[in-house]
Amino acid sequence: MKNRLTQFITYFIFWMLLTWSINIQDVSAGVVVSLIAIALTRDLFPEEMAKFLSPVRFLWAVLYLIYLIYYIILANFDVAYRVIHPALPIRPGIVKVKTGLKSEMARTMLANSITLTPGTLSVDVNGEDYYIHWINIMTDDPEEQRRIIISRFEWMLRRVFE
Amino acid sequence: MSNHVAIGFIAVGVIFDLLGCLGLIRLPDVYNRLQAATKSVTLGTCMVLFGVFLEFGFTAGGAKALLCILFILLTSPTSAHALARGSHISGFKLWEGSVMDKLEEDKGE
Amino acid sequence: MDAPEGIRMMTVFFVLLLIGAFMCQYRIMVGPTPPDRMVAIDIMGILVVGFCALYSVRTGREFYLYIAITWAILSFVGTLALAKFLEGRSFDE
Repeated sequence: MKNRLTQFITYFIFWMLLTWSINIQDVSAGVVVSLIAIALTRDLFPEEMAKFLSPVRFLWAVLYLIYLIYYIILANFDVAYRVIHPALPIRPGIVKVKTGLKSEMARTMLANSITLTPGTLSVDVNGEDYYIHWINIMTDDPEEQRRIIISRFEWMLRRVFE
Repeated sequence: MSNHVAIGFIAVGVIFDLLGCLGLIRLPDVYNRLQAATKSVTLGTCMVLFGVFLEFGFTAGGAKALLCILFILLTSPTSAHALARGSHISGFKLWEGSVMDKLEEDKGE
Repeated sequence: MDAPEGIRMMTVFFVLLLIGAFMCQYRIMVGPTPPDRMVAIDIMGILVVGFCALYSVRTGREFYLYIAITWAILSFVGTLALAKFLEGRSFDE
């Protein structure tokens, strides 16, 4: 039931943003459309979204978004440097790192965040192993790699999802 | 254009878009190209959309620009991941200057 | 939006985005392997979203932003389909 409620709130906010009017007709159409959408996508909606009903987690999610944007901007200057430099200073390869995160959605968000941050791109995920393409491998030591790639997000994702 | 902050955002975004496309041409193999292009073009387009949002303000158009930012931030890493995984599974090798390929080693076992 | 220097500046942005799109076209034509072409197609989809958003500012009409959202969704679905094709699987898996 809590699940359906989250689903309804998400869809309804989405509808309100799309129509952008508080006319009674639009709002009632939104309620009907959200209910139909819930009936159609019951099984597709991730169960863990219900966690965002608690305000603390929601606040951490907003903080995480800001933290992520900071790293995205860093990543872009990194890419710009590598692309403009005439000698192409790259040392690519695929490395393997382990994560300690348990929940499915946290792992998904971690993979997405890795793709958007400086020099890394997640290629494959197998259980708790992440195979990551790194454009400039700085160290061959797995512990050090894990510290550089994953740890900067892991502590925050743990707060958001676990 | 009335809003100078908006035009600043749009200008920086367009420049990042261009850099990403330059990366698409200069870098040597699929994975490196995906890296450069996905990161730069995602941020570039998000900045363009944010400039559009500043221009429209909190109206129907501005809300749509914000939704579009959220959508691109969620989907573009996913499609990059899908493409990288697909090309590795169907056996396209890394650039010969690459240092290591742990995934290939693990697949062989 | 009727100040002439604003219009001139928008034209510069459109030209820069077009240059980027032509770079993607180059990669689509030359790209030695199929994944290269798919990456270029994906990137060009996102560029078109930015182009639509800019056009909505240029003309002052909002419905270009509807096109931008729809284009973002469709290009995402298209890229996923291409990636699945690359993995050599059928669509119902």
